[in-house]
Amino acid sequence: MTPEEQNFMRKINAEEKIEPKDWMPDAYRKNVTRQMSQHAHSEVIGMQPEGNWITRAPSLRRKVVLLSKVQDEAGHGLYLYSACETLGISRAEMIEALQKGTAKYASIFNYPTLTWGDVGAIGWLVDGAAIVNQVSLQRTSYGPYARGMIRICKEESFHQRQGYEALLVLAQGSPEQKQMAQDSLNRFYWPALMMFGPHDSESAHSAKSMEWKIKRETNDDLRQKFIDQTVPQIEFLGLEHPDPAIKWNEERGHYDHGDIDWEEFYSVINGNGHCNRQRIEHHVAAHEEGAWVRDAITAYNDKKNANKIKNVA
Amino acid sequence: MSDAIKAATLEYATRLGDDAVVLGHRISEWVSYGPFLEEDIAYANVSLDYVGRARMFYTYAAELADDGRTEDDFAYMRSDRDYRNLLLLEMPRGDFAYSQVRQLLADVYYSLVLPELAKSKDERLAAVAAKAVKETKYHVRRSRDWVHRLGDGTEESHKRTQKAVDQLWGYTHEMFDMDETEQLLADNGIGVDVSKLRDQWHKEVSAILTEATITVPEDSWAVRGGRTGYHTENLGHMLTQMQIVHRSHPGCQW
Repeated sequence: MTPEEQNFMRKINAEEKIEPKDWMPDAYRKNVTRQMSQHAHSEVIGMQPEGNWITRAPSLRRKVVLLSKVQDEAGHGLYLYSACETLGISRAEMIEALQKGTAKYASIFNYPTLTWGDVGAIGWLVDGAAIVNQVSLQRTSYGPYARGMIRICKEESFHQRQGYEALLVLAQGSPEQKQMAQDSLNRFYWPALMMFGPHDSESAHSAKSMEWKIKRETNDDLRQKFIDQTVPQIEFLGLEHPDPAIKWNEERGHYDHGDIDWEEFYSVINGNGHCNRQRIEHHVAAHEEGAWVRDAITAYNDKKNANKIKNVA
Repeated sequence: MSDAIKAATLEYATRLGDDAVVLGHRISEWVSYGPFLEEDIAYANVSLDYVGRARMFYTYAAELADDGRTEDDFAYMRSDRDYRNLLLLEMPRGDFAYSQVRQLLADVYYSLVLPELAKSKDERLAAVAAKAVKETKYHVRRSRDWVHRLGDGTEESHKRTQKAVDQLWGYTHEMFDMDETEQLLADNGIGVDVSKLRDQWHKEVSAILTEATITVPEDSWAVRGGRTGYHTENLGHMLTQMQIVHRSHPGCQW
């Protein structure tokens, strides 16, 4: 080990944060960049399935809550892009990677939002799963990422609550509303479990990420946490659990659960889910349509700067 | 409050609520479609201000009506022929220049109407207006800056901006029309006499457009009808989307 590497590992082991100007192994930089940009892209692409319901929200209050939530997601995206830029990559480069498909985003957003219930299910289950992961990431070794997570977690917990509360209203509503809630739970439960990634034994990035304390807990441990916390929430809603195999295991102190359909997981990750193409096309279309606006700002600023220089001269 | 004043105030609060919800909805259509992330955030923000304003006006209207209706009944259970919003606000979102020009025309309008309404003898209207005045200051700053950049940016942005101004100008005239309802309220110190604000609006908008190198149109055409429910074809489609879930489940809570 070089002295730089030794110093880096000493900080990691002492739970000190790695800061942007610190020396870090290239592989660490690459790993954190991959994870943070993926996280940023997830926030941004995640605006689409929920944004799909802004214009149809069934009450003014729900409309306002949903607008605020989607606005928060955009804010998180912005925040994470900025944090990621501290590693030496620009937002434009990250967006290009997203649009080309070389950077990933959370696969969950490749599932369609078909009913109003899905907005509730996303808040409750998707944001709920994200929080389990993000709480753990508040202790991640890269300083800007850890601090970002602390801030983001606060807002995400509001998101989860509003989602659960929206589903609770449905579950206690008319038979059609209750059916809507059950249907949303059925469709989003398994994809939410998949958000924690493949089993530890199959995870490509896990070992090194754990050693460098980028990741603090394993995929399977985090998933188990989420499964355990969700069981009583489903009971309280009075809905049926989508996993018929769910069963309390006294010895483990956890719920046992049924098998996850990993074939589906890899199919969606590899670009063949319901909405993979649609999500990227939407992003590209908005970006391309915005090109003349961005050009206009540049031209306007150039003119103003030229005038300033002229006036000074 | 006399019955006539009460009825007029109910109508007035409904109109202002309609204005706010319709524009708020149109702006919300931009979320995730903006030219960059900061604009998605800004659009959501402005939309939130308008929808929030609609809720306050409708809640007051519902209290005056005192017939068991709520803010959502006003927003979701009335058809386009019952809506009383200004036509300008219901026009489709169009391109970015179109939306920003519409926003400028509306923002400058409200920046003149709201401070007057904040002086209303009706405390509720005055309170809503006082809150909205603060938001509107930011809105005007944003739409003004955008029209400057787009008008005086590239050839393409200039062309799009001029086109938007030309297309929207004819819908601005009715913003300054008075009818019996509004005249009664203005005479009683409750409502705003918008006819008196026209010159100032024209002056401020013209100054911004001129600085943006945009030609201020002649007043050669005018389309009217928002306050009587004689709308463009666009509102029906907008409300169809906005009201679909609510109306598909009559009497349900959300």
